[in-house]
Amino acid sequence: MSSIDLKSNTPEGPLKTKWSEYKGTMNLVAPNNKRRIEVIVVGTGLAGASAAATLGELGYNVKAFTFHDSPRRAHSIAAQGGINAAKNYQNDGDSTYRLFYDTIKGGDYRSRESNVYRLAEVSASIIDQCVAQGVPFAREYGGLLANRSFGGVQVSRTFYARGQTGQQLLIGAYQALSRQISTGQVKMYNRHEMLDLVKVDGKARGIITRNLLTGKLERHAAHCVVLATGGYGNVFYLSTNAMNSNVSAAWRSVRRGALMANPCFTQIHPTCIPVSGEYQSKLTLMSESLRNDGRVWVPKTEEDAIAIREGRKKGNDIAEEDRDYYLERRYPAFGNLVPRDVASRAAKTACDEGKGVSPTGLAVFLDFASAIERYGKAAAHSKNISNPSQKKILELGESVVSQKYGNLFEMYEKITGEDPYKNPMKIYPAVHYTMGGVWVDYNLQTNIPGLFALGEANFSDHGANRLGASALMQGLADGYFVIPYTIGQFLSKEIRTPMISDQTAEFDAAEKAVQDRIDNLMNIQGNQSVESFHRRLGKIMWEYCGMSRSAEGLKKGRQMIRDLRDEFYKDVFIPGSANEFNPELEKATKVADFLELGEVMMCDALDRNESCGGHFREEYQTPEGEALRNDADYTYVSAWEWNDKDPILHKEDLEFKNVELKTRSYK
Amino acid sequence: MKLKLKIWRQPSSEARGRLESYIVEANEHMSFLEMMDVLNEQLIAEKKEPVAFEHDCREGICGTCNMVINGRPHGPQRGTTTCQLHMRHFNDGDVITVEPWRAKAFPVIKDLVVDRSGFDRIIQAGGYISVNTGQAPDGNSIPIEKDTASEAFDAATCIGCGACVAACPNGSAMLFTSAKVAHLGKLPQGKVEHVARVKNMVDQMDEEGFGNCSNTGACEVECPKEISIENIAMLNRSYMASIFGANK
Amino acid sequence: MSLTGLFLISFLFVHLIGNLQLLYDDGGEAFNTYAYFMTHNPLIKGISYGLYFFILLHTIQGVIIAAKNRSAKGYKYSKPSGENAKWASKNMALLGLLILAFLFLHMGDFWLKMKLGQLGMVAVEAYDFKVADLYSRVSIAYQNPIIVGSYLIGLVALYFHLSHGFSSAFQTLGLNHKKYTPLINGLGMLYAIVVPLAFAVIPIFMYFK
Repeated sequence: MSSIDLKSNTPEGPLKTKWSEYKGTMNLVAPNNKRRIEVIVVGTGLAGASAAATLGELGYNVKAFTFHDSPRRAHSIAAQGGINAAKNYQNDGDSTYRLFYDTIKGGDYRSRESNVYRLAEVSASIIDQCVAQGVPFAREYGGLLANRSFGGVQVSRTFYARGQTGQQLLIGAYQALSRQISTGQVKMYNRHEMLDLVKVDGKARGIITRNLLTGKLERHAAHCVVLATGGYGNVFYLSTNAMNSNVSAAWRSVRRGALMANPCFTQIHPTCIPVSGEYQSKLTLMSESLRNDGRVWVPKTEEDAIAIREGRKKGNDIAEEDRDYYLERRYPAFGNLVPRDVASRAAKTACDEGKGVSPTGLAVFLDFASAIERYGKAAAHSKNISNPSQKKILELGESVVSQKYGNLFEMYEKITGEDPYKNPMKIYPAVHYTMGGVWVDYNLQTNIPGLFALGEANFSDHGANRLGASALMQGLADGYFVIPYTIGQFLSKEIRTPMISDQTAEFDAAEKAVQDRIDNLMNIQGNQSVESFHRRLGKIMWEYCGMSRSAEGLKKGRQMIRDLRDEFYKDVFIPGSANEFNPELEKATKVADFLELGEVMMCDALDRNESCGGHFREEYQTPEGEALRNDADYTYVSAWEWNDKDPILHKEDLEFKNVELKTRSYK
Repeated sequence: MKLKLKIWRQPSSEARGRLESYIVEANEHMSFLEMMDVLNEQLIAEKKEPVAFEHDCREGICGTCNMVINGRPHGPQRGTTTCQLHMRHFNDGDVITVEPWRAKAFPVIKDLVVDRSGFDRIIQAGGYISVNTGQAPDGNSIPIEKDTASEAFDAATCIGCGACVAACPNGSAMLFTSAKVAHLGKLPQGKVEHVARVKNMVDQMDEEGFGNCSNTGACEVECPKEISIENIAMLNRSYMASIFGANK
Repeated sequence: MSLTGLFLISFLFVHLIGNLQLLYDDGGEAFNTYAYFMTHNPLIKGISYGLYFFILLHTIQGVIIAAKNRSAKGYKYSKPSGENAKWASKNMALLGLLILAFLFLHMGDFWLKMKLGQLGMVAVEAYDFKVADLYSRVSIAYQNPIIVGSYLIGLVALYFHLSHGFSSAFQTLGLNHKKYTPLINGLGMLYAIVVPLAFAVIPIFMYFK
């Protein structure tokens, strides 16, 4: 095995001017040449749609692919809270540097300085672009844009469109994409799933797709390939990701030589609706904004917890002094607003101690009673009601809370059938986002020339933990403002390359490999459903590579995954045929890829002998149970090369020249 | 709870379809789609072909899921997508009929899966603001009245699921089209192209074979995002302007 | 549809006012005078041709649109639901055709008979010649329970048709307003109830007289 030299290709110069100087001096592709160049974009979420639209506007011939029936369905649409941008509209001291610093610190010092600074730098342009596209952001009475604040930061820099910011931004990008489709600059392939990457002379030159309606394999050639295929949270089976979100496009690229970076960095979101039964297919997130007003607690005694679990008591029956507001107790400075990783782990600790409040024992309370009372009193005061009755206070308070969180409360009630105004909500952490992803350099190019990765699909910006409202920012930054420039660094050398033919030995081989793989899966004709394997994989991942991990567990988990994989290839059953619309076959190829990725995640978590961000190793914690980072030995990006026997680790050392590495403390 | 399901089965777009009956054991905490998952697991265990249906986010925002449940798109709950509909709204022993969206412009692909690409083409005909990346002025350069932004947002919450077309006895896509027209047309940024946009989108809608609006209001009732037919009135006004307007 | 519809709605009102003269207990004096005026004034005659034209236009347009819409829907649901829209809203074409059938019956009964000169002549104060005695014809017709019954059916259809049509016309013209639309809807329902009811009073009253 040869070692891969991971060069970040970060341009020289001071951090603050790096990007602008680089942009000003990089190689360009002239308009007449752009017309002769084809670009494949896989995925049409925020990153993919914005990239495809912008590249089309520039004059490249773009082919865009999605497995959905329409580009508008990508899971970016489900993001609730907002999008960060260093606009400093609130005059509260925000700046590009501050957003950069918050992101680096929030990521527990495991991301690349240069990329993060660029992200912060272009963030302001994203808002301008989206407003011009007609994104209806929330506004103040004066008609100017409104902001709110999010966890882990001290300024208000989050732009939002009620609880549907992701939807509005995606629709903006989708409209820009639609405009390019109508001009013919982008050719859109809906219901096409990428099943392999085709390399010619070491460069990414095309993909093999399956037409999901007919089952037909198709070849698509281009000068380069851009992956914008999202994260891999569904390796856990239960997550807040959409049902069809998957790792396959990225993983097939890894199988062709790309590297998977920091795969063990997964974000567990603390406020999700708990699992209610074995049949459960996915988890629903409740926005982080709820922690602004909700107080998290469990009963002090196990006895009370058991009574609640068995339905003999309700949350409201527990007296104030018998409740443990554990976040407020453990982290007095940040209280209920500690970052996501910290809040999630604390909930797990409480449930591990037997204090869980749902029948499964895996839930804690998120209580709005004191917020309702506080707001009610304030509202009574401002309405000049003297000596308001308790009933009046609650009524006023509920109406304030409803204005702030009405749609979330409604959603909670729809799903659980319980009224969160009257009884405390039950929440539990769930897998939400994956910071890890395909390794890319400063140009967002992977180690395969001509293969780029954007958005959640790459690893570059969030380190070991992502701050709230930063995923949307990264997706759009990559698509609108980074790739349109950096892709030129590669394509400027390709202007003499004629249109890539798909009738070559490389395409023949790749298509045959895909066909063989599908035939192989279809021919197993075993007895267990794809879903059942996925569910079992998810349980292994959650148990051994979830909120807390140990060397012993990871070794065990890895072996379990390998065994499960063997069983999968012996006993999976896929109904129907490969030459038709067959959702079970689609699922099977995805689960097969998850079964390999899962193993690499275990390897990565085992390699990283420290606790940082979303990665918590039980062996590495302070006496108070806080994460213990090891900067001396682990300030690197781990980039994994796939190997059937043993994945191979490559390292990119991280340098911090502009921030000082500190221990995160929220006490 | 034990349920009897009558589900539309159709192997392909060319094949003839029919309702088939199944018995499924569900529990009240399940979502409707999880109940369908249970049925499919059951069918797979019997080595039978599972029911094809579309779904993705399962939190009511992506617009992928689409089932007509007892004659109502997305089922009996108002303002709710199929994925957010829970079984506690049904009773033990219920007979539930499940059919695909019905409209000429939404041909069935398989079982409950239909082709909604006509919606994409309506948007491509003009459902955007023509601004290239990088051309935008500062986000705060044009103040927008809070209420106006809010109205635009209400229209923009459309998830493109097609329930409006499914509910409409005419298979009309007026609510969908008008929601986009209203979203963009209410904002100063979208006003510039408004009249041309309306004409182009309506023409595309007709070309796709969607029916005419006869103001039954069924779309508004079944819309999971409760988008108002006020938007259709706005579209009608603008369409007339596009035909009779001074510069037309 | 909306413009022709609104014209027909306004005609209904005028027609009703005229017909209410049937209720005068004057042996048909007022009504016959009115009938003569309406059939011989050149201006009114002009308007009435316009009316026939609009009825025809409204019908043809309606039938074409209904056919198009039917085909745009394709399949129907095997278990249709009536919960998302009023029955009338979904069956405007059927109701319209019922009303059209009623119109033929109505015109055949009175207008045609008058035109063919099959009615007796009677003297009225307003003119110094005899005019057609439409009143007697109406009184006789309304003694026949089958005719009264079919009129009532026609008027019920008219009620349903108006209950959707009135407010729908405004919506089609783009007149939808948070404040005023509920008012228009209310007015529409009132009109849909009052006008057919008033029309219905006439045959019932005359039947029992």
